[in-house]
Amino acid sequence: MMSRGTRLVVVLLALAVACALPFTLSNFRLFQFTQVYIYAIAILGLNMLTGYNGQFSLGHGAFYAIGAYISAIMMDRWNVHYGWTIPVAGVLCLVVGFLFGLPALRLEGLYLALATFSLALAVPQILKYFEHWTGGSQGLVLSKPSAPFGLPLNPDQWLYFVTLAVLVVLFWLGANLLRGRVGRAIVAIRDNHIAAEAMGVNSALYKSLTFGVSAAYTGVAGALSASAIAYVAPDSFNVFLSITLLIGSVIGGLASISGAIFGAFFIQFVPNWAQDISKAAPWAIFGVFLIVFMYVMPFGIAGAIRLLWIRARRSRVAQVPESRETAPTQAPTSS
Amino acid sequence: MTFARKFLAVVAAVGVVGMALAPAVSAQTVVGVTATEIKIGNTNPYSGPASAYGTIGKVIGAYFKKVNDEGGINGRKINYITYDDGYAPPKTVEMVRKLVEADQVALLFQTLGTPPNSAIHKYMNQQKVPHLFVATGATKWNDPKNFPWTMGFQPNYQTEGRVYAADVLKNHPNAKVGILYQNDDYGKDYLKGFEDGMGEAGKKLIVMKQSYEVTDPTIDSQIVNLKNSGATVFFNITIPKFAVQAIKKAHDIGWKPVHYLNNVSSSLATVLKPAGLEASKGLITALYMKEVTDPQWRNDKGFTDWVAFMKKYYPEGALDDQANAYGYNVAILMTIVLKQAGNDPSRENLMKQAASLKNVELPLLLPGIKVNTSPTDFAPIEQEQLARFNGEKWELYGDMFDAFRKN
Repeated sequence: MMSRGTRLVVVLLALAVACALPFTLSNFRLFQFTQVYIYAIAILGLNMLTGYNGQFSLGHGAFYAIGAYISAIMMDRWNVHYGWTIPVAGVLCLVVGFLFGLPALRLEGLYLALATFSLALAVPQILKYFEHWTGGSQGLVLSKPSAPFGLPLNPDQWLYFVTLAVLVVLFWLGANLLRGRVGRAIVAIRDNHIAAEAMGVNSALYKSLTFGVSAAYTGVAGALSASAIAYVAPDSFNVFLSITLLIGSVIGGLASISGAIFGAFFIQFVPNWAQDISKAAPWAIFGVFLIVFMYVMPFGIAGAIRLLWIRARRSRVAQVPESRETAPTQAPTSS
Repeated sequence: MTFARKFLAVVAAVGVVGMALAPAVSAQTVVGVTATEIKIGNTNPYSGPASAYGTIGKVIGAYFKKVNDEGGINGRKINYITYDDGYAPPKTVEMVRKLVEADQVALLFQTLGTPPNSAIHKYMNQQKVPHLFVATGATKWNDPKNFPWTMGFQPNYQTEGRVYAADVLKNHPNAKVGILYQNDDYGKDYLKGFEDGMGEAGKKLIVMKQSYEVTDPTIDSQIVNLKNSGATVFFNITIPKFAVQAIKKAHDIGWKPVHYLNNVSSSLATVLKPAGLEASKGLITALYMKEVTDPQWRNDKGFTDWVAFMKKYYPEGALDDQANAYGYNVAILMTIVLKQAGNDPSRENLMKQAASLKNVELPLLLPGIKVNTSPTDFAPIEQEQLARFNGEKWELYGDMFDAFRKN
């Protein structure tokens, strides 16, 4: 494990780089990085549920869509400032996720995956029914937020910083949650829920709460995406989005906070590379990438980096006796 | 002043000057065009739920290859850059920003789908990049006042709805009209055009409106309801799957109204044959293109040229897929605009030329249909002609309907 100090240095360095990007990259690249951060927030949400708590979800695209539509409808119908719509989307998705989590308690593993999948299938169609609010399949056209207080930033730069700020806050909150008492309870339920209950963990409550918080993170991501794209439509949130988020969380590293960011980079850029490599069969290339990543990095990108770090340190201090820091035999539990 | 401070001051000064100069420079140079090349951007759903339409993006690429093989246009080869957006608007936004900002295309052409185009509508007009001949039947692309950089292509659904209304009023003024429509924007656009076209008379004549969801398994009960309403005219606003069901069911229960079928489902191969040619006899639709599965065009020059082109440049494309004819037509229109732009391929002039097409004929449009645009008219094809199915082919009848002239 990295020491606390080293971790802080790495995080601060990454933040410094992130803050410098808007002044070195083109607006288009910046837009892509904004997308990466949005995906990272959503993936962290999914990761809490799947990686830490062991509940599968193939339906997080639905929460993403709900968050996006809450934000879009507030902006479109009531002219609410986009900044307010983000926490509202988060809270409402928390409630929806918690409520969905209650019946989902009775479902385990693959059955839960199917139940959530049905959510992903249903939401885009349900959105079309409330045409008065959602604009039907035509969607809602929004305007892109611009920088306040006359800050010398263009809309892309401003949105980048807003997203980065939300990301930092949510990751900080998420890290505190997962590394503390609550996090241990969540992981304990995943590893052995009977043992966890014997220790006094309220399994049902924690599972539902994890579902709620997970949905809230994804909903916030959706709300940010509504502003970044400046348009929402049911077609934006098809089933593939849910699967993409799951791919991101597995490739990045399940049960890893930094993994969410790596996973987000993967789902943002690898499909584009695949398209650059082969116009004829980009998804076949994407599949090859997936398999290679899974084969080379069975614990995701975050897991692979951790292994490399451990090895590098061990070779430097070779005299240190074999400690418990051998290759993990199960999914790593924190980063 | 320390060295570092001096350095910073210089950098800042250069930055400010650079920023001040940047717009001036880009306004002078012609984006996306060199002496030997013009870059054209496109997005299409090569994957995802609408991937059946992806063939349009491919046939366009094949046609541009033919143009390049023949020497290009005004000495320039077309560099056609097309990306997959999977029919997902966020991906469209990303890919279009890549085309405009990173690839620096001269213009965007035939981006496909109403939601994907809605997502980039504002952006294209803010960037002042031509957004030409979009592949969607929605009505909003003809809005030169608010969106002077976006232009549609095909007749929109409302126009077509008005064509049927005009025919009903002319030939069946005392009819009872029953309508079946898909409950979404597509269906409602048709319905609005039809009801607008009927005007006051519609309130009296339309006796029943039934709708269905695209997810419904069948529409049998709606057809029975329509029959029981006593309707003598049936306006059928359905996509191919349901059109087949509707034609069959009406035939099976012995309901024989004057049956108007929307153009969306006018294909012989995918609708009329599966529904049964006997049951399809007497159907009326509005056409603007030559139906490629219709035997009457077999020896038509436009059709045979298209077949020859398909065999040489796009052999994997299906010859019974109307989308391949559609893409061929619109690609030709694009090259006509490029030719017209001559030696000034700036974005302003490209848009100006696209908005000054006069009586242009395309090989796979019906004879007599001409493309016309003007600075106040961004709807290139506004003519359609009614046709009746005689059990073998679509037989054109009546006058050419021209929405622009409102006849």
